[in-house]
Amino acid sequence: MGGYARFVWPCFAFVFGVLAWNLWAAGRYQAEARKRALRSLAMMGEGQ
Amino acid sequence: MSAGAAILLIVGRELRLSFRRPDQLLQPLVFFLIVTTLFPLGLNLQLSLLKDMAPGVLWTAALLSSLLSLESLFKGDADDGTLEQLALSGQSLTVIVIAKTAAHWLLSGAALVLASPLVAIALGIPSAAFGTMLASLVLGTMTLSWLGSIGAALTVGLKRGNVLLSLIVLPLAMPLLIFGAGATDRAISGTSPAGALYFLGSLCIFTCTLAPFAAAAALRITLD
Amino acid sequence: MWTWFYRLASPPFVYRTAGALMPWFLAAAAATIGYGTIAGLAFAPPDYQQGDAFRIIYVHAPSAWLSLFAYTTLAVAGAIGLIWRIKMGHAVAAATAPIGASFTLSALVTGSLWGRPMWGTYWAWDPRLTSELILLFLYVGVMSLRSAFEDPGRGDRAAALLAIVGVVNVPIIHYSVVWWNSLHQGATVAKIGKPEMPGSMLWPLLAMFLGFMCFYGAVLCMRLRGEVLNRERQAAWVREAMRS
Repeated sequence: MGGYARFVWPCFAFVFGVLAWNLWAAGRYQAEARKRALRSLAMMGEGQ
Repeated sequence: MSAGAAILLIVGRELRLSFRRPDQLLQPLVFFLIVTTLFPLGLNLQLSLLKDMAPGVLWTAALLSSLLSLESLFKGDADDGTLEQLALSGQSLTVIVIAKTAAHWLLSGAALVLASPLVAIALGIPSAAFGTMLASLVLGTMTLSWLGSIGAALTVGLKRGNVLLSLIVLPLAMPLLIFGAGATDRAISGTSPAGALYFLGSLCIFTCTLAPFAAAAALRITLD
Repeated sequence: MWTWFYRLASPPFVYRTAGALMPWFLAAAAATIGYGTIAGLAFAPPDYQQGDAFRIIYVHAPSAWLSLFAYTTLAVAGAIGLIWRIKMGHAVAAATAPIGASFTLSALVTGSLWGRPMWGTYWAWDPRLTSELILLFLYVGVMSLRSAFEDPGRGDRAAALLAIVGVVNVPIIHYSVVWWNSLHQGATVAKIGKPEMPGSMLWPLLAMFLGFMCFYGAVLCMRLRGEVLNRERQAAWVREAMRS
């Protein structure tokens, strides 16, 4: 990398880390929303 | 009641209420004076070197003490229900915001501007730069009051709203800090501060014309 | 307004469409980012001035662009929610904020690492860098404001107003290199018709821009589905949707 390796690789690593975090966090957010929705549907079902 | 008469009435009320509690009035001013002394004490510089950082110190202190007094812009009236009464009074909420913000500037910004020559001497700013410093502070504190009114309206009634208020207002106030300190800096070093002052002026006008509408909209969101 | 616009804004439609689009966005993102990264790192020739350090552009420029694009989306979606009272606007705004903030952080970090070998410093109080930092604070402010309210509807509206007030920062960031003497270089790709980069350097960069946009779309779809579920938990269509 012509001597710039210690700048280039951390940049790519950081950004790919951010991309990975985005996927993981969004997935977790969606999963938790589903869980809460199912729980509230179950509660509504019991009430009837 | 015409808008002008309403504004005068509300400003008068704000001033009267504040003068009944002079200690509350003086707090931001005292804070300003204390913060500006903290910097030279902490940095232990000679007066001649101090003047290089003086504009930044002055402006940062003005910013922080304005934030202190912004908290109470709407909070007192929101707490005792006056704000809702004002909103229901039939006067446009924008007019009410303009009046309260103008009063706020008279009580805090104007006080800072008046105290600034004292602080400037303590920080070693040459008297030749005083004109620019005063002009930039007048424009800057006015802009800050208007910007702050938006933040205050958004956070009125929130627990720990004051922390959020700073978080919201400070990023928006950064350009102000850059140009305000920059203008004084240029005046100290002898180059013309005209460009920075014009920019501050245009920032002030831009904010003064748009902020009341934003703050009124924010009050409508938080009140109803 | 027109019925198609309101249909677009109906929660079940948004939920289903986001679910359908997401895998396509993700696949496109993987392909274009894959190509862009490999070509940018291995096949693009080193720059005659910056050497191999210029390769940081392949992650820095798309991150920065996306930080601006996401904030604009945040402000526009919030405005739609505020002005036309379309709740899905607020959902899009809430979903996009953390994504945009992460890209802003990426832009700042990669920019800083790029600045060290090129300008000799990790940071400079230069108009573009400063306004990008302000953008990060604005994102944090919007997210904090939304969550500070007990009533989520009020939180949405307050956050939307703040986002709109802060949108003035976006043109400042973009034009800062034009209006001021900035340390940061001017536009490279945007010179329409005659970009200054040779093709072997340009194509991977364009691919990365496209890839990041598709990635943003994919993650937005994922978060948006979560937002819709959180806001519409009690609605009748949710029961059907949860079965599938």
